[in-house]
Amino acid sequence: MHEYSLIQSLVSRVEAEASARRATAVHRLVVSVGELSGVDPELFQTAYDTFRAGTLCEAAPLELRRVPARWSCPGCGREIPRGEVLACEACHLPARVAPGGDDILLETIEMEVP
Amino acid sequence: MCATCGCGDTKLVPVEVHEKILAGNDRAARHNREHFVEQGVLALNLMGSPGAGKTALLEATARGFRGRWRLGAVSGDLATDNDARRLEAAGIPSRAITTGQGCHLDAELVHHALHDFPWRELDVFFIENVGNLVCPAIYDLGQAANVVALSVTEGEDKPLKYPVMFKAADLVLLTKCDLLPHLDVRVDTILDGLRRVMPRPQVIQLSARSGLGMAEWMGWLEERRAQVPRRSAGAPVHTHAHGHDPHSHHAHEHRHEDGTVHTHAHGHGPSAGHGHEH
Repeated sequence: MHEYSLIQSLVSRVEAEASARRATAVHRLVVSVGELSGVDPELFQTAYDTFRAGTLCEAAPLELRRVPARWSCPGCGREIPRGEVLACEACHLPARVAPGGDDILLETIEMEVP
Repeated sequence: MCATCGCGDTKLVPVEVHEKILAGNDRAARHNREHFVEQGVLALNLMGSPGAGKTALLEATARGFRGRWRLGAVSGDLATDNDARRLEAAGIPSRAITTGQGCHLDAELVHHALHDFPWRELDVFFIENVGNLVCPAIYDLGQAANVVALSVTEGEDKPLKYPVMFKAADLVLLTKCDLLPHLDVRVDTILDGLRRVMPRPQVIQLSARSGLGMAEWMGWLEERRAQVPRRSAGAPVHTHAHGHDPHSHHAHEHRHEDGTVHTHAHGHGPSAGHGHEH
């Protein structure tokens, strides 16, 4: 249930950005959730809806963008299909996950500024 | 203000941030890592399910290094300090981090624990995380490596069920292997699962009770310990300015002409926001 502590970080980050830009309201947030980010999107959404009351994000819906984990060989670029051993047989290299597949990122804040 | 007529209306702007939600934790973790590296302490984040054998492993490790290495530990625990007391009894100076409802340790909690703990004199500093195969995986604490204890009694499918944890692991210790004759668990199935979730699978089969695999585990520790630059008496003190690239996690070493070795976070330019004093 670390989703709740992540929401606290998210809301304070948004509030800091809004304050720096003297925003009067926040209208929408976009967050991308990687498949291997360790975050459950439904729980994250529920945690957000619970915590946003009384914050600057109170009226701002959260849009979650799910990013699938894509593994490939850093040598030849061959994609490693889901569920396979995470190594390239031809190049003998460990596979690498594409950016975003293991991250949880605050992408965009839509805010109202003077 | 409305640019058309100056009526005082506000305007709606999309602000592109593209920043990790854990950026704050990652900054605190880099700070911890710099401390560990400057003091020549090997810091390890030990994770695993409740009952995987993390504390028993540390007790056995203390027996193995008795008289040779100074070990220390902080233990994350929801409600008790039982683990810390067990480790103290085994000769490992230890401190409990009681997390209350918190399901994981974060870099800030570890940093606070360092304030009243004599970690600087240690060879190896273990951060025994809260028993949990999910939440601790995504929090960098400033460790040199993640070690995950997985006991054979947990079943064969745990790697595939908890891919985020095993992806984060630098080493998996398959614990309680002395129980294998009593279980319908195939080690090969566990190892195969690990290869599908860990790009660099490294596994040691061990038993803290029988001593199986302990030599290999201690060898791994010695190898990792050798990679940490020693802080000899009278060595220059380095202070590092912060402000590294927020996406860097790994560290690399470089050697100065006078023979001193530094370890830095990756990703900072030669002049950008970074400096050290001698």
